[in-house]
Amino acid sequence: MGIQTWTFLLVGLSFALYIGIAIWARAGSTKEFYIAGGGVPPVANGMATAADWMSAASFISMAGLISFIGYDGSVYLMGWTGGYVLLALCLAPYLRKFGKFTVPDFIGDRYYSQTARTVAVICAIFVSFTYVAGQMRGVGVVFSRFLEVDIVTGVLLGMCVVFFYAVLGGMKGITYTQVAQYCVLIFAYLVPAIFISVMMTGNPVPQLGFGGTLADGSGIYLMDKLNGLSTELGFNEYTSGTKSTIDVFFITFALMVGTAGLPHVIVRFFTVPKVSDARLSAGWALVFIAILYTTAPAIASFARVNMIETINGPEGQGVPYEQAPGWITNWERTGLIGWEDKNDDGRMFYAGDERNEMAIDRDIIVMANPEIAKLPAWVIALVAAGGVAAALSTSAGLLLVISTSISHDLLKRNLMPNITDKQELLYARIAAACGIAVAAYLGINPPGFVAEVVAFAFGLAASSFFPAIILGIFYKKMNKEGAIAGMLTGITFTASYIVYFKFINPAANTPDNWWLGVSPEGIGTLGMIFNFVVAFIVLKLTKEAPDHIKELVESLRYPKGAGQAQDH
Amino acid sequence: MSFETNEHAQAYWKENLRLLITLLVIWFTVSFGFGILLVEQLNNIQLFGFKLGFWFAQQGSIYVFVVLIFVYVLKMRALDRKYNVQEDAE
Repeated sequence: MGIQTWTFLLVGLSFALYIGIAIWARAGSTKEFYIAGGGVPPVANGMATAADWMSAASFISMAGLISFIGYDGSVYLMGWTGGYVLLALCLAPYLRKFGKFTVPDFIGDRYYSQTARTVAVICAIFVSFTYVAGQMRGVGVVFSRFLEVDIVTGVLLGMCVVFFYAVLGGMKGITYTQVAQYCVLIFAYLVPAIFISVMMTGNPVPQLGFGGTLADGSGIYLMDKLNGLSTELGFNEYTSGTKSTIDVFFITFALMVGTAGLPHVIVRFFTVPKVSDARLSAGWALVFIAILYTTAPAIASFARVNMIETINGPEGQGVPYEQAPGWITNWERTGLIGWEDKNDDGRMFYAGDERNEMAIDRDIIVMANPEIAKLPAWVIALVAAGGVAAALSTSAGLLLVISTSISHDLLKRNLMPNITDKQELLYARIAAACGIAVAAYLGINPPGFVAEVVAFAFGLAASSFFPAIILGIFYKKMNKEGAIAGMLTGITFTASYIVYFKFINPAANTPDNWWLGVSPEGIGTLGMIFNFVVAFIVLKLTKEAPDHIKELVESLRYPKGAGQAQDH
Repeated sequence: MSFETNEHAQAYWKENLRLLITLLVIWFTVSFGFGILLVEQLNNIQLFGFKLGFWFAQQGSIYVFVVLIFVYVLKMRALDRKYNVQEDAE
């Protein structure tokens, strides 16, 4: 069987599985729709959280990115895992004890203010849409390469499946589908990694393999070989970076805090039965995420060595184009690999200086890796199914946040407080359906700035939600004036810095012009600091939070009496 | 008030914060300390095929993060019991 047949088979089977689960786990009430009835066991919730969190970007792009930038890629590895420590220790158990449905719910109630709630709703919707657009693009890329359908058909197909289980099942359907999607995506990620690790280093554990010696009998450590190749070809040494230390520090911090402030991640901790389960569930989520995140840097270095050797040949003289391996010509057709014979010798050559003749898109590394390593067709098809699972699970989680924000935070708690549970559920489904339509549109006609706005999403979450929630839990006196002023300062500062460097004056986006040497990706950290400072100053000038709020905060701080998430 | 006395409530919160701060110090040290600020010094030390600083940045810090959360889960479970504020408490 060829790659394409295998891909149709595996992707088709996985879709059938997701739809089957959706029918089994239909939601009957808003509580089931929003938080799966609050009855998801911690291990399952951890797995669902992991699938929810690991998007097409983690699955498809991250290892490729690390492969090209080496040590600098660590910001994503640490940034997107370290946030779970903050979540488990500082947020999840307290928000679970609070026992409502959404992040704007918490902000609105804790700061006794509709203004605060509205600010939070707008941030939540904006952050989620930013993400969803990128996910749909990921589905489109996978389909167009492996099923050889065009991107539009691919996106529409993906949307239909998400529509089916998100609109029907709500959080309950999504959670159990995500458990299945996690299994598919992690299997798809590990199988080629293990194969390649055995081939290159003789060690079946990729995490150990990339610290081992090469299996060709030379006794050279893989990393030393990689560093040698990199410097020889005019790249930076793989294990040291090009970014400044302060920038690496700020970006990592912004990604960690942003992770802990993302509404679609936080909401997962409302779905477990108990406060102690919220803590445990964050732990399981990180275990499941860490399996992929510790494998990614291994894949990155294997792929780097493999790619350089197949293009430049074992002697480093370049391989004649007529003898180019199949993956190069396959990906050339998608426009993601390009070759320009600058010195007219008919040979391809890849380097970091003027000798370079190849243009290689970083996003193809994970998808092309099994082909580069000459693995069987079913492994390649499996990777396609995994990429689709990663993109779909994240989109579904984000769509749920969008629909909840509209039906619950905006309609029920703001504009139409008298609607019944049944009507609210109907509005939630309509909102989810509209969200899917908008996401599909964005996936087919992606705004040119999708990659840019990802920094935006993390920066905004870091500089707005995170300080407001932390202060809400750990500082009883914090009042609504302080919190609102802090959130607005954080958002405004972060957004203007990013908008200036990314949209108004992109030419100035160089380290010399950055404030304190912090790039737009890392500026959310400064925004967060300003948020805290302004909140404290405003608090000093206004009256501290009223007594009933202090009692509410007091009651968040221990698990007893958490009970079920409350209906309103 | 679920605690027997006000002092208990304060003592519980104090112990919780102490645990929290200890774990966050470790969290900061392995990632921002070993993985970023001290990475060059640690890269002079070799751990099998890895330079140690690089290993902390791409592997070690993530393993420590996982351990930290489970330590927190166990310690908090014991703390809740000690003050009788766990969810199934009488």
